Amino acid sequence: MKIIKFFTFICIFFLLNISKSFSLIEVDITRGNLNPLPIAVSPLSQDNKSKKIFQKKISLDDLGSEIAAVIENNLKQSGLFNPLSKDAFLQKPDIAHLKPRFEDWSLIKAQALITGKVLIENDKLKVEFRLWDVLAAREMLALSFTTVPSNWRRVGHIITDKVYERLTGEKGYFDTRIIYVSEEGPKTQRIKKLAIMDQDGFNIKYLTLGNELVLTPRFNPTNQMVTYLSYFRNLPRVYLLDIETGTQEVAGDFPGMTFAPRFSPDGKKIIMSFAKDGNSDIYTMDIENRIVERITNHPSIDTSPSYSPNGKFITFNSDRSGFQQIYVMNSDGSNVKRISFGKGLYGTPVWSPRGDLIAFTKLHKGKFYIGVMRTDGKGERLLTENFYQEAPSWAPNGRVLIFYRETKTNDKGEGFSAKLWSIDLTGYNERMIKTEKDASDPSWSSLLSN
Amino acid sequence: MYRSLFISSGFHLGIIILSIFTLPFIAKKPIDVPPLVSVELIEIGKITNIPFAPKAKKIIEKAKKKNEKLVSEQAPPKKVKKEKNKKVNLDINKEIKELAPKKTPTPKSEIKKIKKEKLDSIALPDKKTENVPLEEEKKQKPSKEIKKDKNLKKNTEKIKPNIEDAKVKQVSEFEKKELFDPNNIAALIDKSKEDFGETNKKLNKITQSQDSSMDFSKLTLSEEDALKAQIFGCWSIPLGLPYNENLLVRIKLKLKPDGTLIKTEILDHARMNMPGQGFFKVLAESALRAIQLCQPLKVPTSGYERWKELQLNFDAREMLGG
Repeated sequence: MKIIKFFTFICIFFLLNISKSFSLIEVDITRGNLNPLPIAVSPLSQDNKSKKIFQKKISLDDLGSEIAAVIENNLKQSGLFNPLSKDAFLQKPDIAHLKPRFEDWSLIKAQALITGKVLIENDKLKVEFRLWDVLAAREMLALSFTTVPSNWRRVGHIITDKVYERLTGEKGYFDTRIIYVSEEGPKTQRIKKLAIMDQDGFNIKYLTLGNELVLTPRFNPTNQMVTYLSYFRNLPRVYLLDIETGTQEVAGDFPGMTFAPRFSPDGKKIIMSFAKDGNSDIYTMDIENRIVERITNHPSIDTSPSYSPNGKFITFNSDRSGFQQIYVMNSDGSNVKRISFGKGLYGTPVWSPRGDLIAFTKLHKGKFYIGVMRTDGKGERLLTENFYQEAPSWAPNGRVLIFYRETKTNDKGEGFSAKLWSIDLTGYNERMIKTEKDASDPSWSSLLSN
Repeated sequence: MYRSLFISSGFHLGIIILSIFTLPFIAKKPIDVPPLVSVELIEIGKITNIPFAPKAKKIIEKAKKKNEKLVSEQAPPKKVKKEKNKKVNLDINKEIKELAPKKTPTPKSEIKKIKKEKLDSIALPDKKTENVPLEEEKKQKPSKEIKKDKNLKKNTEKIKPNIEDAKVKQVSEFEKKELFDPNNIAALIDKSKEDFGETNKKLNKITQSQDSSMDFSKLTLSEEDALKAQIFGCWSIPLGLPYNENLLVRIKLKLKPDGTLIKTEILDHARMNMPGQGFFKVLAESALRAIQLCQPLKVPTSGYERWKELQLNFDAREMLGG
């Protein structure tokens, strides 16, 4: 009996020891750096035959380098990547595209590498690219695109989107356009035109002549349709404009003042506010059958409605509490809840395409702020502060906001300017987007390549 | 009558004794005992979580170099120590001779030599520093040298005439003259074994009590902090990840004694290719990049068996505010 007890004791002792020796040491890594990822964008290689054709057709000597520059600029503007200087590259573009010497690229501290090739096939531009993980020494992504040669900038944007998505885990926002109101002239007599450009400020086109005052253009999230407000005989009208075809139509004649039209997430309705009998409320209009439906019915001023991405909720601002604040309600107008409770006035709420945040403009102690809060009103974060700024609009991936900022005028009424700015959710990556003239009321399109 | 006398005398005696022993103490003031302060002793090794500021590091390195120079130029090291070291390494005596002049040239010439060795690649300062611990390891590895010790006894007889020749030829060389005493080799080898064990323990800074109380399932605070601090610097967190998801990647590592990687394994590998888990793949890849970028990892200098397999849990929730 004693022997058995002794034996079991020994067994337990050994088992305990074994379990102790096999337990793996765990180390929790809960912090990292937020430094931009060092990335090398090698110029896309091209053969001599293609080079001559590019010179003829689009008068560009080195299309490969031009496309690489577009990609590099996009990545840099995102604030998440640090494109490395080409002077440090050791390997030639054509050889790097076949098989990169990873030691050379890791030597210049690159963690990712983009290589590519451009050529002409049946009078069409064919662009191949590969994304390499330098440290793991393997290919991460390889794609090729075919298009008309004049479309080369868009190819650069699409490649950036693919690279961005592969490395960050969220969709890109580079193959997009921004519609805005272009302004010129003295502050009292501004000429306002509707303009559209690529998100990086290139390819600006003017859509209206500037005879009528235009305001608040907004993209349809599902296609290239735009809705905007224009004054005709001093009365505001809501217009629908198809950018692809250039056709324009009046969405409807509404009594009194109309404000801030915006599309529903499925693109089938327009939500807006208009004043009826001296009271401003929120309405929706079906684009197909033009049936108007009243959503709010309150004696206060309800404006700036915006749908949630699933279409189930609407956020808007109202002064029903005595001051202008942000509210959320069901899409049928029921269950209205106030979500902003901070000091100051809140306006222009816009629901993020990702669904998790609401962007807004805040006025407090004479200063304007662009900020975000969660959909229940908690976690308010002010991203940027200035003398005057408003009208935030989300990039399609819900990570970057575009808005416009005005500068002070001097005593003579000079020095006024309005420019477009973008800022990401961290609040650190704030950049001005260059436009030919002054610009206001921007709206970001959805991805064109979808 | 007598009883009462005894009782009274007994009481009196008692009172006298009590007064003798207690009265002086009563007169004394009570001692003010300061409140106890508990102090936890934590060993902070050279490797802590706070890396030296680059300037301070340079100054310390310079000071170290100066000290080394002073020792070699002014005061030659003690005979006994040299004998121990060199006799242990008898087999690699030639290597020592070759290495000795390499230590003297200026840093510039060293870089040139490394360049020559690596024909195509350009020498990095990192690579140079990587080589240093390897040399030290060669000297410190007990297992190899103990094996060599067995051969030493056999070789001594063969070496004897050569050494004597060398003695004749290199009379002027002070150090080499003193090195070899073939008669005492065996004894010295035994001594060297003991000494090696002692020095090794000193290097590792492990006392007997620590040895027995060491928890083999954990790294010490300073060891863990050193490793964490290193990886924090290498890990670029993908900022595009959604806040509300499970942002934890567990990676198992197999390491060499110098901290370089043998193998990495993502423990939840199945999640990599699951639909709707694209963010996990991105996070896992970023973690792998961090490990690759950081290697050789700052692992403890001792207890390889303890940490030859490690699990790193990369958790981005704190950073992304989830």
